[in-house]
Formats: sequence, structure tokens, C-alpha cells
Amino acid sequence: MAVATTETEPASDAAPPAKPTSFGTLALRWYKLNRNGLRATAIGIISLLVFLLVWHLLTTYRVVFFVRFTNVPSPLAVYASFTKAIHDPKFLMHILLSCRRILVGFSLAAIVGVPLGLVMGRFKLVHEIIFPVAEVLRPIPAIAWVPMAIMLWPTNEQSIVFITFLGSFFPILVNTLHGMSLVDPVLVRAAQCLGARERSIFREVYFPASLPHIFTGLTVGMGVAWVSLIAAEMISGQYGIGYFTWEAYSLVQYPDIALGMIAIGVLGLGSSLLIRGAGQLVMPWRLK
Amino acid sequence: MNEILTKAPQGHIEVRNFSLSYDSIEGPVQAVTDTQIHVKPGEFVSIVGPSGCGKSTLLNAVAGFLKPTTGVVTVDGERVNGPSSERGMVFQQYSLFPWKTVRENVEFGLKMRGMARSQRERAARTLLGLAGLEAFEKHYPDKLSGGMKQRVGIVRALATGPKVLLLDEPFGALDAQTRVIMQQILTNMWQRLKISVLFVTHDIDEAIFLSDRVYCMTARPGSIKAEIPIPLERPRQQAMMMSSEFLALRRGLMSLIREESIKAMGGEITDLGMQGLNIELHGHSLADVI
Repeated sequence: MAVATTETEPASDAAPPAKPTSFGTLALRWYKLNRNGLRATAIGIISLLVFLLVWHLLTTYRVVFFVRFTNVPSPLAVYASFTKAIHDPKFLMHILLSCRRILVGFSLAAIVGVPLGLVMGRFKLVHEIIFPVAEVLRPIPAIAWVPMAIMLWPTNEQSIVFITFLGSFFPILVNTLHGMSLVDPVLVRAAQCLGARERSIFREVYFPASLPHIFTGLTVGMGVAWVSLIAAEMISGQYGIGYFTWEAYSLVQYPDIALGMIAIGVLGLGSSLLIRGAGQLVMPWRLK
Repeated sequence: MNEILTKAPQGHIEVRNFSLSYDSIEGPVQAVTDTQIHVKPGEFVSIVGPSGCGKSTLLNAVAGFLKPTTGVVTVDGERVNGPSSERGMVFQQYSLFPWKTVRENVEFGLKMRGMARSQRERAARTLLGLAGLEAFEKHYPDKLSGGMKQRVGIVRALATGPKVLLLDEPFGALDAQTRVIMQQILTNMWQRLKISVLFVTHDIDEAIFLSDRVYCMTARPGSIKAEIPIPLERPRQQAMMMSSEFLALRRGLMSLIREESIKAMGGEITDLGMQGLNIELHGHSLADVI
């Protein structure tokens, strides 16, 4: 593949295949090997462009058909407000603050949720004590915790981080538990007759065996963390990208609404990519 | 390595007055009853029997995973109280750690023993070399074929220098060709290491080809129905499986097991049914055809 790219400039498709591996054959082979990936990428780009086009048409002609596009900003207007916003330190501060809240809330959830899930999965008594409480609290959406969080925590900032923590905590805990319940008992026995004691079995078998599910939990938890954060920021925040989006509505800055939404989408996507990357680093045996 | 190779012959397994039952809603269920077996140091012994006869239960009790309801299991006079690296075990499902490379899998037992990294790396490489797996030391088990996985499984069980090796239908999931090669590899390793082997299988040919002695178990509740010495010369070659000696042993074991299998099926197949088979086979008896 490296050869194919270096030969891209001089050669062309029409060049006669002088050498046994000419550019033409290499390009063809490369194409055959990556056909599916290329296809998906091409279709993905086209589909995004069509989305933008439809959005553009709907807003330019202010279509009203059940939904009203009268006040919806056009892509170009959003782009214009984007170019303005990236030079605006306030906008960057909103983004940085949201990221910090996610980082703190999500990290705390992972630091508490993963070990708790591992211990609950291993020790029946801990499971029996904690599981009922967790099951009762779990269905409560993080957003419903807002009033309680404001009462519990002295500062606004802390209550928002707490909401973010709660949102990601339960998916992480539940998936870790699930991973622990699926550990193959034969692997535990194999470790035992190789001389492994309780602590080693935990470290060498239960933990790595649960890692794929732990990472599922982290991915889901990250998604819910953003959902909870944005909701909390819209209700009680003073800063943050959720607050920015809501403020834009209050101030009739319609392009900024869409800008805020897109920023949230990009941040969410970026953070789940980070987790996927971390997962691949930590679980090299899962690479295909 | 040298330590493993030159160890004095030991690994005398003794199972006395053994029975094992477990509780169910209808009361205790006897899995194995009134069983005595033994494996002399350096001996290769197989257990065969119809499925569900408790041969794996017996093996798991020797490994220390199950406690006998009555009786004792001892290795070199010491009572078995739980799993230990003195009794290496190979499982049918390979049970390699998917998150460890081939070499890390082999190193595992040595790591548990607290051996330094460089030392255990060297030991693992040597062992993998013996099994022809040195080229795959950095591979994850997922990338290996069944035969390779099981070779790693055997090497891993042997790495800690156990006194005995327990194998629970280790080649059951392999295709016929791979199985033959694996039997040869296992025989070679066993002869080199002078280790005692207790081997559970439902494959009669495999049991005869590999063993010094074969125990045949009855249908559930399992007990020892017969003990058959295998006087075939070693080294054994594949061609030996056609010899009259081998076939005679095979016929003997076959009929023992068939009786028990029919019992295990709860009389689903009656003598009449068997006669029916004879007729359909145009006068050949079932034994001739098999």
C-alpha cells in the first residue's frame, strides 16, 4: 500500500504495465482489498452532503410542512457563526468547561463504578447488599436528580459534575457486573491448577475477561454523561456548551443554537472515539 | 527445564473407596460410586466409559475441583485438598487465556510461582520450541488452530513441572488427522518427561493407542467395570492400530462399553432392536461392520 501511494503521482491508469507490479495492478489490488471500506466512506460522504443540501433547501425556502423551518438557521448562517465563535474566547471557555465537567464526572464514575462492579461480581455478599439499592436508583434519570443535586452540593459546579457522574455511573456498573457474570469458569479453573490464588485470579482472569464489557459500559456511560451534562447545564448552569445553546435561544441567536448542537455532537463523538481507542490499546487481543 | 527432565519418577495417584454424589431436589444423586483406581509413577492410564458415566467427575476430583463424598484421593501419599500446580490439567475447551499471548499463557504457572520475568520467558521459549510453537509465541490464542491451541494447553500445563498430568477429553474437539498428530506429540512429551498421565476419553482407539492401562467405567452411577492392561510395545506406530493384538483389545473394550451405553440409554435399544440392525446389515453382525 505504501508503494501504491508513492507511485501515485507519476503513473496514471493509462500507463502500460511495464513492470510485473505496475501502478495499475497495485492500484487495482489495493482497490479490491479495500473495496468495502472505500464504498462505505464514499457513501458516508455523499449522505452527509445530501443532509447538508436538504437542510440548506429547507431553510432557504422556509418550508412549513407540519414542522416549521421559518426560524431555523441555514447551514451557511451556522458556518458564519462558527467562524465568529472560534475567535471568541467565551465560546471556547464554554466548551472547555463542559469538557472539564465530563472529564471529572466521568472519571469519578469509572473509578468508582468499575472496581465496585468487579467486587460485586466476585463477592456475593457485596452484591446482595448493594444491588437492590443500585436497582432502585438506576431507573431515575440523571436529569431528575437536578433539584436534589442543587440541595446536596454547595456549588453549582459540583452539582453539575455530580449529575454527570450519576449519568455515567450506572451503565458502567451494570456492564462491569455483566462482564463478571460471563467469565468462563473453565478459565478460572485453569488458573487455579496453574497455582493462582484468589488475588491473582482476580487480576489475571476476572479483570481481563471483563474488560470488553467494562469498555461497553464506558462507551455507554460516556454517552449518558453528555446527555446528563447538557441537561444539567441548560437548567442550572452558568457556563458550558449546554448553557451556550440554551442562552442562544433566549437571546434569539438562532444560528448559535445549531452551532451549540453541532459542537455537542462533535464532542460526544470525539469522546467515544477516545474510549474506543483506549479500549484497543488495553485489549490488543481483540484486534482483528 | 533440566529440573523437569531429570526429576525422579513420582506422581503416584491413588483413588480409594471413592464416591461422589450431589444434591438435587429429588435427593442426592450418585455420580460415581465405589471406585478404586491408581496410576503408578510414569504410567499412562486412560478412563473410558459411556457419556455421563462420571469419568470427568473422577478426573475433576483428582484435580481437586470436586471433593469426594466418601473416600480419598492422594498423590504420592498426600491427600488432594484443592487444585494445585502439582497436578497439571488440560481441558477439552483449550481454556487458554485469550488476553495473553501464547508465551504469556505458558509462562502463567511460573509467574504464579514468582519466577522472574526473564527466567520464565526463557523457560517458556524452550518449552514452546519442544512443541514446535516458537514461531507463534507472540500470537494470541484466537489466531491459532484447534491443534495448536491444545498444544499450547499441554505445554502450559507442563511448564510448572507437575507430578501428574490430567487430560479431560483433550482432543475431542479436533478433526481426525489433527487428533492423530496430537496423540503422537502427547506420547513424545510423556516419554520425555516421565510424568504420570490420567487421560479421560470416549475414544477407544485413542485410549488403547496411548495407554499402559485402561479403566472402563459403568453407566451412571459410574464405577470401574474393568481394568485392561495394554501390553502393546512402545514406541507405538500408527500402523499398529491394524494389528490383530490391537483389534482384539479394541473388540474387548468395545463390547464392555456397548453394554454400558445401552444401559445408559435406559434400554432404549433392546436386543430385538439390535437384531433388527443385524438383518438390515445383510447378515453381518454390528461388530464386524464396526
